[in-house]
Amino acid sequence: MTTVSDGDLEALAERLIAEGEVRGEPAADPVNLPMIRHWVDAMGDTNPIYTDPVFAAAGVHGEIVAPPAMAQVWTMPGPRGGKTTRSTVDDLLAAVNAAGYTGVVATNCEQTYHRYARLGDLLTPATRLTSMIGPKLTALGQGYFVTWNVTWYDADGEPVTEMLFRVLKFRPRTRGESGNGAASREAAATAAREAASRPAAPGATAQAEGGGPAKGSAGPGSGGGRRPYPLKPAKNQDTEFFWEGVAAGELRIQRCGDCGALRHPPGPMCLACRSTATGYTVAAGTGEVYSYVVHHHPPVPGRETPFVVAVVALPEGVRVVGNVVDCAPEDVGIGLPVRVTFQAMDDELTLPMWTPLDEPAGGTR
Amino acid sequence: MTFVRRTAVAGVGATDFSKNSGRSELRLAAEAVCAALDDAGLTPADVNGLVTYTQDTNQEISVAREVGVGDLTFFSRVHYGGGAACGTVMQAAMAVATGVADVVVCYRAFNERSGRRFGQPDARLGGEPSSQGLEMSWHVPYGLMTPAAWVAMFARRYMHTYGATSEDFGRVAVAMRRHAATNPAAWFHGQPITLDEHQSSRWIVEPLHLLDCCQESDGAVALVVTSLERARDLRRSPAVIAAAAQGAGAGQAMMTSYYRDDMSGLPEMGVVARGLWAQSGLTPADVQAAILYDHFTPFVLSQLEELGFCGRGEARHFIADGGIELDGRLPVNPHGGQLGEAYIHGMNGIAEAVRQLRGTSVNQLQDVTNILVTAGTGVPTSGLILTRD
Ligand SMILES: [Zn+2]
Repeated sequence: MTTVSDGDLEALAERLIAEGEVRGEPAADPVNLPMIRHWVDAMGDTNPIYTDPVFAAAGVHGEIVAPPAMAQVWTMPGPRGGKTTRSTVDDLLAAVNAAGYTGVVATNCEQTYHRYARLGDLLTPATRLTSMIGPKLTALGQGYFVTWNVTWYDADGEPVTEMLFRVLKFRPRTRGESGNGAASREAAATAAREAASRPAAPGATAQAEGGGPAKGSAGPGSGGGRRPYPLKPAKNQDTEFFWEGVAAGELRIQRCGDCGALRHPPGPMCLACRSTATGYTVAAGTGEVYSYVVHHHPPVPGRETPFVVAVVALPEGVRVVGNVVDCAPEDVGIGLPVRVTFQAMDDELTLPMWTPLDEPAGGTR
Repeated sequence: MTFVRRTAVAGVGATDFSKNSGRSELRLAAEAVCAALDDAGLTPADVNGLVTYTQDTNQEISVAREVGVGDLTFFSRVHYGGGAACGTVMQAAMAVATGVADVVVCYRAFNERSGRRFGQPDARLGGEPSSQGLEMSWHVPYGLMTPAAWVAMFARRYMHTYGATSEDFGRVAVAMRRHAATNPAAWFHGQPITLDEHQSSRWIVEPLHLLDCCQESDGAVALVVTSLERARDLRRSPAVIAAAAQGAGAGQAMMTSYYRDDMSGLPEMGVVARGLWAQSGLTPADVQAAILYDHFTPFVLSQLEELGFCGRGEARHFIADGGIELDGRLPVNPHGGQLGEAYIHGMNGIAEAVRQLRGTSVNQLQDVTNILVTAGTGVPTSGLILTRD
């Protein structure tokens, strides 16, 4: 299943680190009071310097300021992705995923506040990949620690906030391997959910420095709470393993414990020998478009049109349905080689999707 | 005890077809049942069996109460959406042939445009861990959740396998709209289309254009099934049931049979076809017209192949040059089909088949002795061959 070796990864990391700081898209909106109100309300922060113009005018800032821990909020894409620029971090994480280190867990988040953001500030993030350390054996499995810095600049190019972010990208344990069993699977599932909201930092601590307020309001959940994705699959005892696999970054195919035959979609029995001793194997994660459609109308809840859905034929001999992403609909055709990618739809559901095999960003060529 | 050539459709009835009936679905059902009984020259008191679709919202007992049917000795439902259409007649014929019932009415009534629209996404499709909910769960989370999208997935593979094009699908739409244009009961009465208009209609789900998709309709149709012997004594010429078959294929799913070896055919329609030809002793050459289920154009081509009217992949040649139009080699859907007349889940097509045999259709064909009818495609389905007495 590995198409990228550890050596390749380290060379890629070195090259991407050398690229230095890469500017992203400016915030969609300047720092504004309505967003501050939503945020402090959600956080339960009642400090009037953030919302009360009269109180704020009399205070040390002389005007309303934004809570420093909101830094990420101003430039975070919405649940449907929004406009983003690929960064060196995205490139490295895509390659790390492709190498089988599909699990992710946030380990560090440190924020440095140069000044308070004021109403009207237009912030632009810039990301700098700083290190990739590993592979190390951790409680979750073999993995790399990847660290990057994000700095938010104002319109004059002066830094407002800096953030160090570190994740552990690990190879999830497969069933039967020693480890924490359910606990590690749960951690992997949690981690996979976090992957899409990166660089949000659920559970990370905010450390105020540089004269910022000590009140660290970027507590647990500051990046979570995504809008629930409306198109949920039903699951039962026969299909749970598939969705658990997806959450852990694995595409699992039902495999008969007696005769070894594969089947998808899964079910209670082996289609070849009727054995109920069902197990699974992890797919290589590659495939070929067997048929596909481009959906334009009517609107589908939770989706922006047009979008592509394909029947993908896997080299293992089964077919799987999923979206083809990261390419224009007109670039999809029958026979297109694709590889699996895992997309967190909300805080609970991850879906396997497909991306062109030779898509440049993945570093898998 | 066979029903073949011993049972018949003795009456047909329908409401108007519209986009907003303004009446309850139960009222539509009751109106159509009464109309069918009137057509046959029977009264509700003669009825002791009722059959409908599992998707119909009108219980058999509710319809019986409204129209004044007394004791019921047979009531049944057929599953799988529009695949049920001819299956209701088959079950009615079985009930009559076995003596379980004497007169059975099959009905389908819905406000499918003004009420619940099948063409719209329903996020609950994949929500329940029933076997169907689980089946849907491999598709709905990816937004593959409308009938047009499910069919488009087959259509793309069919085009790839056999070299068919969107224009080939368009020729089906053009034929159906031509037929509907001269049918006053059709929603698209007086509104024929050209192939260019088909090609320039907007995408719904590529490779399907808007004009590849049937309309959504409000309305109801009912059919009276009884023994051939009794039908001969009634008001109209009987449409003899020469064959009635249901079919599901190996590895069958509801609209999403994407995991079978081949995705370019309709194996379930092949099962139906074998049943129809075997029961009737007829061959495709003996059939003068066909009512083919046309909720989406591509499956009309696949059906011609599965039924044996042409070879695999050859349907695009079969339909070329007006091959399925009124004056073609096999006229298909003289009433305009679901693309042109109305989408009443296939039941309006059975009514048209009966009219063609009686010689009372608005687009009457010459010398129709045997007519074949199919039901919903992409789902477990059914078919009929009706013949003159
Ligand atoms: Zn087996």
